[in-house]
Amino acid sequence: MLIENIRLAFTSLKANKSRAFLTMLGIIIGIASVIAIMTVGNSLTNSVSESMQSMGANNITVYIKQRDNEAEVKEDGTTFGTVDMNVSITEDDYITDEMIYSLVKEFPDEIEAISAEESVGQVTLSSEVDKSDVAIDITGVSVGYFVANSYTMLAGDTIDIDALKNAANTAVVSENFVSDMWGLEAGEALGKDFTVKVNNQEVTYTISGVYKNETTTMIMTGVASTSVFIPLTTAQSFNHSKNYTYFSIVSQMGVDSDKLADKVKTYLGGYYRSNKYITIETFNMASMVSTFSDMMGTITLAISVIAGIALLVGGIGVMNIMLVSITERTREIGTRKALGATNSSIRTQFIVEAMIICLIGGIIGVIAGVGLGLFAANLLGYPASPSVVSIVVSLVFSMAIGVFFGYYPANKAAKMNPIDALRYE
Amino acid sequence: MSDGKTVISLTDIIKRFYIGKPNELQILNGISLEVHEGEFVSIVGASGSGKTTLMNVIGLLDRPTEGKYIIDGVDIDEADDDELSFIRNQKIGFVFQTYNLIPKTNALKNVELPMMYAGVSMGERKKRAEELLKIVDMEERMEHLPEELSGGQKQRVAIARSIANNPAIILADEPTGALDSKTGRSVMDLFHKLNIEQGKTIVLITHSTELAEETDRIITLKDGSIIGERAGTDKSWMKNLGGDGGNNSADDDVKEENSTADVSAKEEVEQPC
Repeated sequence: MLIENIRLAFTSLKANKSRAFLTMLGIIIGIASVIAIMTVGNSLTNSVSESMQSMGANNITVYIKQRDNEAEVKEDGTTFGTVDMNVSITEDDYITDEMIYSLVKEFPDEIEAISAEESVGQVTLSSEVDKSDVAIDITGVSVGYFVANSYTMLAGDTIDIDALKNAANTAVVSENFVSDMWGLEAGEALGKDFTVKVNNQEVTYTISGVYKNETTTMIMTGVASTSVFIPLTTAQSFNHSKNYTYFSIVSQMGVDSDKLADKVKTYLGGYYRSNKYITIETFNMASMVSTFSDMMGTITLAISVIAGIALLVGGIGVMNIMLVSITERTREIGTRKALGATNSSIRTQFIVEAMIICLIGGIIGVIAGVGLGLFAANLLGYPASPSVVSIVVSLVFSMAIGVFFGYYPANKAAKMNPIDALRYE
Repeated sequence: MSDGKTVISLTDIIKRFYIGKPNELQILNGISLEVHEGEFVSIVGASGSGKTTLMNVIGLLDRPTEGKYIIDGVDIDEADDDELSFIRNQKIGFVFQTYNLIPKTNALKNVELPMMYAGVSMGERKKRAEELLKIVDMEERMEHLPEELSGGQKQRVAIARSIANNPAIILADEPTGALDSKTGRSVMDLFHKLNIEQGKTIVLITHSTELAEETDRIITLKDGSIIGERAGTDKSWMKNLGGDGGNNSADDDVKEENSTADVSAKEEVEQPC
């Protein structure tokens, strides 16, 4: 009987091809826009998440921050938090080495490495090859820095414990730096000295390692400066500073960095409990990624709801045409009833017809939507990933629209009085 | 002919419209009527005599307000709407003045329709539909759409459709009303053939006394009452069947394909209109 009804539906659609297509158009546009948006949203989420992951999803940044004042309740009932502008953070409030050491001792199984840095400054050197400018960024770093930021060494070693202990004047430079400066290969530059002048102080560093150029990051930096890493302690003595405003933790593989971030916050927060103005805050890429995914999901959903309204309008179009169709086919309905069709078989016939219209519209819409989505994703330069779930959901949903908007006309047809229907002109 | 079993039994059928309203209207004033198996009965009357209403009641398209109606042993008073559909499907074959073939659906599929609602399997009903179209001499045009058929051809398909489920009666409402006299003649001959050769019970509703004379029994309706009942007198149609018409065998369904030869020969002349 169902096959019968499907055949009947196709017969009647064939009889009115252009009308059927126009009716479907609403559904096609609705479904196509949902699918296209889902596809683009999906590929955007995937590729941005991926690049965020590559920036270190296991990293947790720990930093000090000014406490929010207690929320004040104003007379009109609104509340707001304020930051006291008169408080300035002093060196005493910074995170100390002791804090970090005890933190590592507290969570030895979860922390892989600690990465801290101290910026010294930016200087410009003159190339020994062609006298052109070579901009460098001198930063003091801890051993864990290279792990945290996934650097690959081409020659020599990263900053090691000895260098840190001795506050040695060694430096780890990039492949680009050695080739720009001296036109050398990575291996040939080890042990080479170079002198820089920062804050009217001349310092000479010996190259102990060369790292592979940074992989492309999302944000393009305007000036092509290259990072030169020196031992953290060297930088601290140069700057006369001892403590940190922030540092990073590389968590062990398989550790939930969200949970670890919370634990670290609670643990280090203990040091600041009596501090009225300063507290500890953490930030991790994993939660950033999930926040981003959530946000994209919300945006996709919101746009889908709008597309869903298009679908609703399409459904009303289907209902409208079905009403026209049953009026036109009143005689046919009367005849069918005289020949023994029950009310429910008439109802089924027209519901199936509406469903078929919507389903065909849905299929065309999915094809158009995937095509559009792939095109848009290509244009944006992201790998497209059409969502299978949304395709299936769309098709099921379009059939549901058929049932929902087909029911009223079908029921009207089913309830027709056969005598009146037979005599309808 | 009235020796067969009773197929239709109407007792004191009253039909009123707009019941309880100021414009209440009584169309049928207590009709009592019996039709027996194998009979060819005509119901005649001027327009407004209530014959259409009577046909709707007999055809189960409408329920009587009062009275008892038993069709082929089934009391319709106890049947709900779905059961009425089922009885219509199984026991009544409709032939309309306006043919009422389903548009955009070929002759074969149209004939299959009552069997589809009866739940007959696809293969079986195709086979049966082909046989039926052969009986009405439409085997050459089985794949044709109604739009491609002449009025007479359409009515032949409609007649084939009416006997698809082997119903107790064929209910024909002005079957020749939209046809020219020659085509109408051939349709009437087809009814006689079905009646004589296959023993079909036929109730013909018409305003034409001429056509009614050809039937076994003429029931005259006026103002919602039966005012007369007599036997038809015109037997001239018999020569068209190629026999004396007396050798009817009411129990045999499909037989004597060769006796249809002269009817189909006549039909070749008919032009699509």
